[in-house]
Amino acid sequence: MAETVKLLGTKGSPYSHRAEVALRLKEVNFEFLHEDLAHKSDMLLRYNPIHKKIPVLVHEEKSIVESLIVVEYVHEAFNGYAILPSDPYERAMARFWARYIDEKVIPAFWMSCWTDGEMQKGFIGQAKEALTILESQLKGKKFFGGDSIGFVDLAAGMVAFWFGILQEVAGISLLNEEDYPVLCRWADDYCSVEAVKESLLDRKLLVAHFASKKEKIFATKAPVYD
Amino acid sequence: MASEKGVMLLDFWVSPFGQRARIALAEKGVQYEYKEENLTEKSELLLKANPVHKKIPVLIHDGKPVCESLIIVEYIDEVWSDKAPLMPSDPYQRAQARFWADFVDKKVYDCGSRLWKLKGEEQQAAKKEMIEILQLLEAQLGDKKYFGGDSFGFVDVAFVPFTSWFYSYETCANFSVEGVAPKVAQWAKRCLERESVAKTLSDPKKVYEFVCFLKKKFGVE
Repeated sequence: MAETVKLLGTKGSPYSHRAEVALRLKEVNFEFLHEDLAHKSDMLLRYNPIHKKIPVLVHEEKSIVESLIVVEYVHEAFNGYAILPSDPYERAMARFWARYIDEKVIPAFWMSCWTDGEMQKGFIGQAKEALTILESQLKGKKFFGGDSIGFVDLAAGMVAFWFGILQEVAGISLLNEEDYPVLCRWADDYCSVEAVKESLLDRKLLVAHFASKKEKIFATKAPVYD
Repeated sequence: MASEKGVMLLDFWVSPFGQRARIALAEKGVQYEYKEENLTEKSELLLKANPVHKKIPVLIHDGKPVCESLIIVEYIDEVWSDKAPLMPSDPYQRAQARFWADFVDKKVYDCGSRLWKLKGEEQQAAKKEMIEILQLLEAQLGDKKYFGGDSFGFVDVAFVPFTSWFYSYETCANFSVEGVAPKVAQWAKRCLERESVAKTLSDPKKVYEFVCFLKKKFGVE
């Protein structure tokens, strides 16, 4: 029987990762359609004509795009695991911190990796501040979501797995145990969750991928796929 | 911020982001205290309520702050759920609403700002982009009364405050919204028939005065 749920994505993308983990937490049967981002498929362009990006969730022929919107959809459309809190205020807080990760944490960290000189110093300063603020949100909890992973943990997947890889390739040490013990402990715990483990690519492969693209990424400041 | 009962909104008169919150509160009939912030001298309350971004709008409900305009609107919709629902109930429709509100967020304000900040070729590029954005929104609206269908909804709230900036965009970049997106222009007029919108939106001429003030401040011609 053809799956009614398809996820267009790539294992290398932290945004695709968010959608994949959400589906695994809900134990949804889905088909993962791996996109070659250097040669986007007709299906991708048809289902996401405006942004032409992954992840795209296709559920009964209807498409949902933008990773955090996909996660909220999965939370609402499928029974089981609660990815977002039930209290409206807590939900607003979860949405706020997910957005903070996207707008402040990730851009500053990414640019810290692929710039040099004074520009890099500036970005590193921003990234450190953002990581400190993010870490403070753990507030003694195991995960941002409490005892189990939730919306903010999924949003922060890139921090947990990709940041270590990117900084290794870039030759900097921003997110380290000395400066961010709580965040690093959270990262280990996050990556140990079954649904997350199943979604992650082998670390060595990802390191090799970014290392091979290092110069191109440095030049364009954008992720390189071909 | 003591845990005082009640609703307060920290805002700035011309902010389209603040206006989203005001329209949502008005649609729901929520009584609240409006506090106008001086953005060149932010109040202690604002800095305490939004220490991360130090921006308006901030909704303070029973002493607890909610920040970021679309997050505030969803919060208002969820707490005061008995009246005037802004989000659809179907998960797919909700995802669509979030997508288009996010689209407005990512595109309209930034592109609009470039229309009055830039000159020459750069301004022409921004104008082309704004026309594309308006035409995408036009296609999404189609022949519906509102973006939300028959009822005024989340995307309408997200986009309508920017309609009082249309005059400024048109004047700075020399084009007509009605010319490139007539359905959007009609929709804007329809929305002004709603009390919540009419009482909230700034007069387009006043917005233009504000834009001219900003242009002087940023040294743009």
